[in-house]
Amino acid sequence: MENVTKQTLYQARVERHGEVAVQKMQSACVGIAGLGGLGSHIALSLARMGVGKLVLADFDRVDVTNLHRQQYFTEQVGLLKAEALADTLRKIDPWIQLELHPVRLTPENISTIFGSCSIICEAFDKAEEKAMLLETVLTKLPHTVVVSGSGMAGTVSVNEIQTRKAMKRLYLCGDGETDVAEYGSLFASRVAVCAGHQAHMVLRLLLGEAE
Amino acid sequence: MKWNGKQITLETPVTVLEFLQQQGYNAQRVAVERNGEIVRRSDFEKELLRDEDTVEVVTFVGGG
Repeated sequence: MENVTKQTLYQARVERHGEVAVQKMQSACVGIAGLGGLGSHIALSLARMGVGKLVLADFDRVDVTNLHRQQYFTEQVGLLKAEALADTLRKIDPWIQLELHPVRLTPENISTIFGSCSIICEAFDKAEEKAMLLETVLTKLPHTVVVSGSGMAGTVSVNEIQTRKAMKRLYLCGDGETDVAEYGSLFASRVAVCAGHQAHMVLRLLLGEAE
Repeated sequence: MKWNGKQITLETPVTVLEFLQQQGYNAQRVAVERNGEIVRRSDFEKELLRDEDTVEVVTFVGGG
């Protein structure tokens, strides 16, 4: 097995993305609120693209019912999602900085946990919690941008999933309509597309492409 | 008032909560931006929307 060093990984990214982009990604800190279907996929993309630091928050543990769509493995069932995901991310980039918060996010702790992040990905399951996170960030963290996921349930075409700038500091990814309560289930493929939109919007923001 | 990009007429000011209820929104699942500033949920009952305002109402659905 060939040894990957910090330097070879850096050089490989520079060859693909260019030095300017790599440095912008490397110096970034991005938060992920919720490490389920959306959050676990977002984290993998951001780690691969070389985001320097991720703040990961989820109180939950990996369950066998998560394996159909979330980036966890059978041997991780029972582990805290934050810790299980951190293990996977370190296999992609052993030098990534990770801050793990295995706690329930509330209006009281969100601004402290994500205070160092310029962008937060909202990746919760419940609509009420999505709204709570957005309101808390926009009122308590005056410079932070939220990239949120809303509407990725069911088997409707993935072509319905879009990214749009919905507010001054909110980018909304999803179809905006398919609620899991109505559409029955979340599928790995469609959730991954929405997570891809979110991760890609983070990339664009970090590279200065805001619209 | 400009509401999610559409021009509508508000004859008299209404509270954010009244407006959301009139339009059939679930107030627990939305975020409201008025003239570029987020309106806190705890202020939905007292903050007024006026005809000259620009309002964005974002609705969230479950799943993640």
